[in-house]
Amino acid sequence: MTRWREAAIPLALAAAVLAVPLVVKNPYHLNVAILVLVWTTLGAAWNIVGGYAGQLSLGHAAFFGIGAYSLALTAHYWGWSPWAGMAMAVAVSVPLAAAIGAITFRLRGPYFVLGTLALAEVLRLVVLAWRDLTYGAAGIMVPEIFPGLSRAPYYYFIALAAIAAVGTTWWMERSGFGYYLTAIREDQETAESIGVNAAWYKNLALMISAAFTALTGAFYASHLMFIEPDIVLSEPVSVQMAVVAIIGGRGTVLGPLVGALLLVLASEIFRAQFQQAHLLIYGLLLMLTILFMPGGVLGEIQHRLRLRAAPRPVIGTTFSSSHESSGQREVG
Amino acid sequence: MEFLAQLPQNLVSGLLLGGMYALIGAGLALVFGVMDIVNMAHGAFIMVGMYTTFVLCTRLRLDPYLGLLVTAPLLFGVGMLLHRLLIERVAHASHMNQILLTLGLSVALVNLVQLIFTANYQQIRTSYSDAVIRLGSITMNVPYVISFALATGITLGLYYWLMHSEFGRALRATAQDPMAAQLMGVNVRRVQSVAFGLGMALAGAAGALLTPVYYLYPTVGANFGLKSFTMVVLGGMGSVVGAALGGVTLALAESVGQMLVGHELKDAIGFVVFLLVLLFKPAGLFGGQRA
Amino acid sequence: MQPLLEVWNLSKQFGGLHAVRNVSFSVREGEVVSIIGPNGAGKTTVFNLISGFLQPTAGEVIFRGQVVSRLKPHQRARLGLGRTFQIVRPFSGLTILENVMVGAFLHTRSPAVAREEAMQILRFVGLEHRAHQFPGSLTLAGRKRLEVARALATRPRLILLDEVVAGLNPTEAEEMIRLLRRLSELGVSAVAGVEHVMRVVLRLSDRVVVLHHGEKIAEGPPEAVVRDPVVIAAYLGGEVTAGA
Repeated sequence: MTRWREAAIPLALAAAVLAVPLVVKNPYHLNVAILVLVWTTLGAAWNIVGGYAGQLSLGHAAFFGIGAYSLALTAHYWGWSPWAGMAMAVAVSVPLAAAIGAITFRLRGPYFVLGTLALAEVLRLVVLAWRDLTYGAAGIMVPEIFPGLSRAPYYYFIALAAIAAVGTTWWMERSGFGYYLTAIREDQETAESIGVNAAWYKNLALMISAAFTALTGAFYASHLMFIEPDIVLSEPVSVQMAVVAIIGGRGTVLGPLVGALLLVLASEIFRAQFQQAHLLIYGLLLMLTILFMPGGVLGEIQHRLRLRAAPRPVIGTTFSSSHESSGQREVG
Repeated sequence: MEFLAQLPQNLVSGLLLGGMYALIGAGLALVFGVMDIVNMAHGAFIMVGMYTTFVLCTRLRLDPYLGLLVTAPLLFGVGMLLHRLLIERVAHASHMNQILLTLGLSVALVNLVQLIFTANYQQIRTSYSDAVIRLGSITMNVPYVISFALATGITLGLYYWLMHSEFGRALRATAQDPMAAQLMGVNVRRVQSVAFGLGMALAGAAGALLTPVYYLYPTVGANFGLKSFTMVVLGGMGSVVGAALGGVTLALAESVGQMLVGHELKDAIGFVVFLLVLLFKPAGLFGGQRA
Repeated sequence: MQPLLEVWNLSKQFGGLHAVRNVSFSVREGEVVSIIGPNGAGKTTVFNLISGFLQPTAGEVIFRGQVVSRLKPHQRARLGLGRTFQIVRPFSGLTILENVMVGAFLHTRSPAVAREEAMQILRFVGLEHRAHQFPGSLTLAGRKRLEVARALATRPRLILLDEVVAGLNPTEAEEMIRLLRRLSELGVSAVAGVEHVMRVVLRLSDRVVVLHHGEKIAEGPPEAVVRDPVVIAAYLGGEVTAGA
């Protein structure tokens, strides 16, 4: 009974998301809706590692780009169908995540952040330089998963991906896995002292996150029909993923959706004014969020609701306080 | 042996670039190493220094090296202001919030410059842009030599000043223990603002010195930003001299390394070095003493 | 019968400094053993060595008949070795109940079961009425109870309590001791680190190990240790009369 009631709102929300193309017929509007869901999926994927587990990755472009190139290259060289390419994207991203995790999770605090950034940059430079395989900066054409004029199939696909990603977070938040990730974020050593295999759970979180990111990367490539390293592998991709989740609310289920709505719509509204500098809004909103509500929109709302529930003042909150483990300057 | 034949030229080029890297590393070392503020906007500050110099050159017809005299003080002021307005608010927060705030600042600065100057590559020309000095088989671009000399001068001057001035003592005291420094009568808040301003001024100076020898584009600072962390880490954290040496080391590693991996992967060298040092020699190559 | 925990010639050096040297002792099933020593005597280092947060320079830790000296902290926790930290470390973004639930997930995957068990343990330590508040609202004594509760939720066989009473006023300390004495109800043995020798601590302990400059200088029943001239000379002095 309670299970059903608990699931009613998410199911209604999912149905509403899937119903959008029935109402929105304008191709431009549908494309904006697709973008919102692309960033919702990416934000939700990032949120698993960056929000729940508190491992602030700025290297997720690596997974996005690997996903995009998996589809592009398997189609180009082996004539694979884009669907097979998409499966390849997910299959490649998981071991890549394990490798990146093995390196970066040995670093703590700011060094982890910089390490993920550095690894993604190395990958971008390698893809740029390996022209024989990737065509470098010239880029490569990508086949469509849904040939034809209608964008609606793309919408349904990314809607399902977004629902899967957000649904995974929803399930996670209610499972021991989610509690473990939160415990690791709050204090890794303490978590270990009560039996949490922090290294394994962080890696698991990264692998799940990478799989969704790579899937979205492959989708995005096919939607765009053309990719090059600066589009799919560059730092701004990683930053946008993080910013979407942070502004919406790190470690909240619907934060990425809220963040994606805010940021994509703001970018579209100011597109005429800002043209290529549309990330200006991301930068400004990120600064404002950190200064005035570090928990993001939903984090702030949740915090206030919990405050009301708790009779005594709450001192420690997750993202606004400075309690992050004192060992964060340690390396390795 | 083509490699050996080209080695001297590459070492010299690396050393010349290393002078500017030293300045970049020293600037970040003040902010990150000494004041413990993770500044993701250092690269953007360099970029702002470059564009400031560019504007002075193209609008006011100022020589880029004279532009340094405007750029550095200007960015010093801006840096102090930024510290008071933004950085200070997260100075005691977690490193993560420092990272995100300065990352937001960096993204905003890069895109603001892009909005004003477009994403196109730009360049300044001077009467001596193409002048070269020849030493046997080695050639050196005159602008590179001037930039190197000025950068080295500024770095050494900074070091001397930090070691011998009242401010230097106050800075070191603050870095070690802000509470104790406060009790000893140091105006900690002011020291921290000045240190941040100084870090930004050094980034600006490096930008000014890079302008005559580099292309400008809004994201030019991104690579420098990440590399500057490599320099600080190489230098063993918290040491301005170490970071300067780290800068020279990285520039040499890049110029020699690109002979092996090719020009396009040159930038990757710094990032790989960064990871290797953190994983295997976290104390840095030059020990961990604070200076 | 084999002891629950055996510590053999445990040593730890930091650089040239011997933080712990040649310490051996054992804990039997159901026992409460106190490790007494002033700040810097090496108690926390011993706890970190036993729980796996530090690797010993020499010596072995044997828990339930198994050499655990090379195991990671979470593996030792899984074997039934719980611990608390000297400086309390609650997960401050989680409620008190959720803090304890994290511990319970070591032996169940069901959030409902974990919640139920966590609630029981909160009742055991007397924090049930605070279950849905955040740890930030607790006093130090409350947070220390929470630390114990969270460790108990993993169903440990032995719990290492670093500085159980430090910072507590006499009433709070008395309550904490009472709580610890009830650990045997759950079948849990304990090693308690104590800085000052208070009567309550002596009453609590079946046995006492005295550390001094990283070395064990005495071990035995509390009454005997208190009268041990070596202990008195080295450390106790007149402090034992302090009471609580």
